[in-house]
Amino acid sequence: MNKIFEVPLYPYTKSPDQDAATPVRHPVMVVGAGPVGLGVAIDLAQQGVPVVVVDDNDKVSFGSRAICFAKRTIEIADRLGLGQPLVEKGVVWNLGKVFFDDRKVYDFNLLPEDGHRRPAFINLQQYYFEDYLVARVREIQSEGAPIELRGGNKVQSVTDQGDHVRLEIDTPDGPYTVEADYLIACDGANSPIRRMMGLDFVGRVFEDNFLIADVIMEADFPTERWFWFDPPFNPGQSALLHKQPDGVWRIDLQLGWDIDKEEEKKPEKVIPRLKQMLGDEVEFSLEWVSIYTFQCRRMEKFRHGRIVFAGDSAHQVSPFGARGANSGLQDADNLGWKLKMVLDGTAPETLLDTYDAERIHGADENIMNSSRSTDFITPKSQQSRIFRNAVLDLSEHFEFARPFVNSGRLSVPCVYDGSPLNSADALPGGPLRTRPGAPCPDAPLGNGFLLERLGGQFALLTVDADAPETVEIDGMTLHRIALSASEDGTGALAERYLGDAASAVYLIRPDQHVAARWTAFDADAVATALSRALGKEAAA
Amino acid sequence: MSELTLSPNIAGADDFYAELLAVHEGLTKDESDALNARLILILANHVGDRDVLRAALAAAQRSGGQGDE
Repeated sequence: MNKIFEVPLYPYTKSPDQDAATPVRHPVMVVGAGPVGLGVAIDLAQQGVPVVVVDDNDKVSFGSRAICFAKRTIEIADRLGLGQPLVEKGVVWNLGKVFFDDRKVYDFNLLPEDGHRRPAFINLQQYYFEDYLVARVREIQSEGAPIELRGGNKVQSVTDQGDHVRLEIDTPDGPYTVEADYLIACDGANSPIRRMMGLDFVGRVFEDNFLIADVIMEADFPTERWFWFDPPFNPGQSALLHKQPDGVWRIDLQLGWDIDKEEEKKPEKVIPRLKQMLGDEVEFSLEWVSIYTFQCRRMEKFRHGRIVFAGDSAHQVSPFGARGANSGLQDADNLGWKLKMVLDGTAPETLLDTYDAERIHGADENIMNSSRSTDFITPKSQQSRIFRNAVLDLSEHFEFARPFVNSGRLSVPCVYDGSPLNSADALPGGPLRTRPGAPCPDAPLGNGFLLERLGGQFALLTVDADAPETVEIDGMTLHRIALSASEDGTGALAERYLGDAASAVYLIRPDQHVAARWTAFDADAVATALSRALGKEAAA
Repeated sequence: MSELTLSPNIAGADDFYAELLAVHEGLTKDESDALNARLILILANHVGDRDVLRAALAAAQRSGGQGDE
């Protein structure tokens, strides 16, 4: 048994806040020490914003849970200072097999694009991700970053007081009251805070159950993703097999809605199913079994005054496509810099409304993709089943049908098309993938890579274009990152940032999304675009 | 951009029609439904052009159903 589940990482200790005569006020409090809560807290603390994270637990989450972390998440983790341990521990895979009924219909190789520092995705148990996040919290604490992690702190109530939030928190030493300028609710799919505030989820609701098992295989098994449609061992449903670190294999068996959860979880029920799936000769032991229920929907608004929801508390998707934790980290990445600038007075408070606009756009994209996957995997009508089966039958013989096979469209970062923070595209011939609103794709630069050069501040990226080394705008200093297409012999930089243009100037946001781009530097245009990217135009 | 062809375009219409019926001969309803679905997907891929496909979907949608509940 893996001991990582049992070690208290942030055991309860009494905080001076609990004895304070009047409630202590913190700039930011985060509820929930999962990947999203810890992610946004580290982001804020690294920018010097004091942040307190509270959680009623004190350990990593039990069982593998989120297991597939996409490139964008690793790139965000790089900025948070924990990308390297993730990649070192994680399993990289590119090969997959698709099964239909009792046969393999095809296999594939993802052939990821070259010229990126990080792989397209890694498989890693959520508890490792959380473990590395906590380790990173300890590391930046020792360097003096203002971040505090309080275990055994259960939030009983939250009240938005207009200019701050008041929290009642229960602890082993009894309750205490504390205040925050802003509260970030990362308290998961069943978010107690969402419930306390009487806010509901809206949208299309799917209801389904998955049996999730972490299995330790005795023998070698290939590092491939196997997906079954309608297999004999799980008729009418789907199944997924994925490799994780430590020789642990993750198995997801779809069970449908109307099932007896307790019955399905029993080893005498689970083991014969897995034997059918893996073959009688494969020796394995069960590490963890759980039944997972999902619904596919989101809150109407993620920001409610001074309380902001992020991750599963704000939106839930089906597990197909690994869009849960990955989208939650994009929430954290979107919110961190905005909150910092609002707290500093660099940006108007309405900048936070653009978190709502951009991440609702992201959530809708994720919900659309995962709904389509769900419709393919579990056809909702006789006709859709006929087409689904036709696609799978054809995919065995003809390559053309394979793009229709939908066992989950793996998470790619959202392009914030139409965001109020974007300026109109002014780079004729520029590549579509780096248009305003798009996340910056990585590119090789001699010994390093582009994204590590961009960092986590507003930046002016020039490719074969002149510009001052620094630009002062409204008390902010923009640093120029000067590149030439000739620095990258592979041509990836030119292909991703110039396209048909001879030169380019990009204004890049702290979350490494493109805010604006031009052919050449123009001080007024940059100032206007920066003001817009700080939400000042929307506020005016 | 090409347009959806809705004027006669198959030389030997009767022969093609007979071939279409022939592939369904002896099939159950379920087998025929599955064959039709495969055929639609094969033809759709051959067309490829999303505008033409959209026009075909619309043409099929508006021309069906008279007297059909």
